[in-house]
Amino acid sequence: MRARLEWIASPLLLLVLLGFWQWYVTAAHVSAFILPPPTAVWSGFVYLVGLKSTWVHVWVTIEETVAGFVLAAVAGVLIGVPVGKLRWLERTLNPFIIASQVVPKVALVPLFIVWFGFGSTSKIVVSAVIAFFPIFTNTVLGVKSIEAGHRDVMTSLNASRLARFTRLELPSAAPYILTGMEVGIVLAIIGCVVAQFLGGNAGLGYLLVAEMNAYQTDLLFAVILLLTLVGFAFYAAIGAARRVLIPWHSSGQAQP
Amino acid sequence: MSSIRLEGVRKQFESRAGAVVALAPTDLAIAEREMVVLLGPSGCGKTTLLRLIAGLIPPTEGRVQVAGRDLWTGDRRDPAAVADLGVVFQDANLFPWYTVERNIAMPLAMRGVGRAARQARARELAKMVGIAGFGQRWPRELSGGMRQRAAIARALSYEPSILLMDEPFGALDAMTRDTMNLELQRIWTETGCTIVLVTHSIGEAVFLADRIVLLSPRPGRIAHVATVDFPRPRGPEVQADPKFAALCADLRGRLDRM
Ligand SMILES: Nc1ncnc2c1ncn2[C@@H]1O[C@H](COP(=O)(O)OP(=O)(O)OP(=O)(O)O)[C@@H](O)[C@H]1O
Ligand SMILES: [Mg+2]
Repeated sequence: MRARLEWIASPLLLLVLLGFWQWYVTAAHVSAFILPPPTAVWSGFVYLVGLKSTWVHVWVTIEETVAGFVLAAVAGVLIGVPVGKLRWLERTLNPFIIASQVVPKVALVPLFIVWFGFGSTSKIVVSAVIAFFPIFTNTVLGVKSIEAGHRDVMTSLNASRLARFTRLELPSAAPYILTGMEVGIVLAIIGCVVAQFLGGNAGLGYLLVAEMNAYQTDLLFAVILLLTLVGFAFYAAIGAARRVLIPWHSSGQAQP
Repeated sequence: MSSIRLEGVRKQFESRAGAVVALAPTDLAIAEREMVVLLGPSGCGKTTLLRLIAGLIPPTEGRVQVAGRDLWTGDRRDPAAVADLGVVFQDANLFPWYTVERNIAMPLAMRGVGRAARQARARELAKMVGIAGFGQRWPRELSGGMRQRAAIARALSYEPSILLMDEPFGALDAMTRDTMNLELQRIWTETGCTIVLVTHSIGEAVFLADRIVLLSPRPGRIAHVATVDFPRPRGPEVQADPKFAALCADLRGRLDRM
């Protein structure tokens, strides 16, 4: 009963919000440069989706985000596992980890553009750097949260290092790692788009700036909508990975 | 021949508050196919003693031998000596990411046994411990008693000659516990293994044991050894035997005086 209520309530709420938006814009005579009505945003969106160049921008954004995210995920897990296991390593690296966490990563974007140029590389690097930390910290946490009793089982079975890693450490940390990835993928898009703001001539971030400069506010909204959809798709992909990879975990189950 | 031998084994834990002697120098020999129960009040070192035998912690002094082999040389564990041991912990400690069947078969997979043979063995064991038909479930879908049965099946999968159990039924209600004790006796008879079991329960100790090792605390040491010679297999009716009650009362008295 409650599930059905949600199915009806969510779209209903959306309709109400859109209705209010439309009404407010017309009633208060808001300039379309400031806030175009939803109908204009929608037609802008339809126009944008019809352009071939839009899809190039979408594709570039997806490519750069995924490349950055994959780099971040591989590095986060590979560095996170030993740091979570070895106390001395964690103690040694801790000041550096905290320092690099505290630096607002977005402030590094101009630097990366200087280093890696206006092409895809700088965007990938920015995405990777921003997405790295949640994946890394969650991996460390996951490895540290392995139950002592489970470790005892492996010790009593004389498990090799490899068996420990594949049968205990990795699956045990998997829910944590996936949570880190869920945050990481969203940050990777942000990193990518911000880097596209500042440099280059491709990607949805570049398109945003271009529409802004052209005072095409309706298209600006349309690009935001497009970005949101891309974000949703990524987020859903991680959710699907959760169900496939950790069906045993309560977070991987379908909601009752 | 004795299957487990401890000579002058002492264990001291270093903690911030200073050193804790968990086990004073202890000698103990356990014969093959014997059922030995470690009994004692909380904190007297039962778990420590069992973990020493299991090779999970090294002794501070003394030597631990399993099937004639030294468990430790310096601070290295002899993998061949540990291969004879199966351990069942107080918590079932099943891996939640494996189905019950894969949990049971995991030690075999780690020993390179083929998939089909593994599955067949896991089914056979599941049946033996009374959880047939639950192989494809996740551990979280089982009751506490069923999880503990699966943990026993896992420990038995590679046919260890020695089974070490730390309060395996501690979390179960009295009725399930009685059933599990009967089952354990049957499994022990069927497999012919040596069992060292830790418990808080005097009745459980007297019902199961060939020999009861009573430990006293601060520092942990062997206070008394009682031999129990009721004929096997023992059924619930042993508990009505006056000798059973007398032995329980004697142990109760010794524990109270600690
Ligand atoms: N890792 C450890 N570090 C420090 N002290 C420990 C450690 N493990 C056990 N001890 C101490 O050793 C003593 C014996 O502990 P042990 O766990 O063997 O008792 P036990 O007989 O199993 O108790 P219980 O019946 O409550 O399980 C206790 O005083 C405990 O505080
Ligand atoms: Mg204990």
